[in-house]
Amino acid sequence: MIELHEASVKYGRRLAISNITMTVERGKFIGLIGSNGSGKTTLLKVMAGLLTPDSGRAELSGESMTRGAVKRVAYMADTEDFFTYLNTKQLFDYYESQFPDFDRVKAISVADFLRVPMDEKLKNLSKGSKGRAKIAATFGREADFYLLDEPFSGLDPMVRREIAQGLIQYADPERQTVVMSTHEIQEAEPLFDQLFVLCNGELIAENTVDGIRDEYNMDTTSWLVSLFNKRA
Amino acid sequence: MGMEFLPDRPIYQQLIEHIIGEMIRGAIAPGEKLPSVREYALKVGVNANTMQRVYKELEQMEVTETRRGQGSFAVKNEQKLQEVREDLKEQLVASFMKKAATYGFTAEEMAHHLKVRGQEDD
Repeated sequence: MIELHEASVKYGRRLAISNITMTVERGKFIGLIGSNGSGKTTLLKVMAGLLTPDSGRAELSGESMTRGAVKRVAYMADTEDFFTYLNTKQLFDYYESQFPDFDRVKAISVADFLRVPMDEKLKNLSKGSKGRAKIAATFGREADFYLLDEPFSGLDPMVRREIAQGLIQYADPERQTVVMSTHEIQEAEPLFDQLFVLCNGELIAENTVDGIRDEYNMDTTSWLVSLFNKRA
Repeated sequence: MGMEFLPDRPIYQQLIEHIIGEMIRGAIAPGEKLPSVREYALKVGVNANTMQRVYKELEQMEVTETRRGQGSFAVKNEQKLQEVREDLKEQLVASFMKKAATYGFTAEEMAHHLKVRGQEDD
């Protein structure tokens, strides 16, 4: 379980996330929703133990989150410059040297499932192949939590679909949690159990996908629109 | 991403209806083994938790049975399926008639129109 208690992070004077209290349970598929600049990346980094809140607390299984969390939490950044001078094989070597939970057999299986080119340098790969290579390295780890920052961003619908299938195939919901930020809400909705909605650094709502549908008789997209209209 | 879902109802409910529909239509035969939770989740594009819930509820409705270590199977007992089928028919008609009444249509009028439409579709 990852828990945040009134966690805030400042960049200079600007509050990137403000007073966030939330619980991320094991065995869930969670969507992190919000417009650009709403604090999604900052929140993911706090959950990954890569950023320490300026006030409030972040805890992993009841203990204060440190950079040591990296052993149990696999964070995937939203970046194009991802080990550009390595090929996928070398990327796996690097992950193996850094993360004790890295399982090369699993990584190769994910890479195979997603048809990732193994011998080309990452900088020479298409955006879609790069995105798939990142997923293969990340899910090559047997982590308790996978925190994915915009895994669909800039990818075409076919690649998004393949990556979604990879997530369904390789995350074990009995014991592993996936938290991912995305703008592709309509498309990603069936993947999610639960949603957290951020606006200007604040957590403004959380609900389950089927809870929203059951309670409001609308899908997540319509619910979000009504949520943001209410605030406007 | 896989199956298209209607926006107004929970996804797991729509999957339950979809699978029961396949059983009633015979696309899934009595006694047939269902795909594993993971396989079905991949096919329709939902996470495995949702699919697990669907399988559990189907089992509670007694239209499938889980055999240890072997997976889920459609029941052989067709009577149970017939009961579920009749329930669904009743539910459909009840909600249809409620809506028809809101607009002031009589049951007879709607029955007549249904018959005409049915013949057109044949």
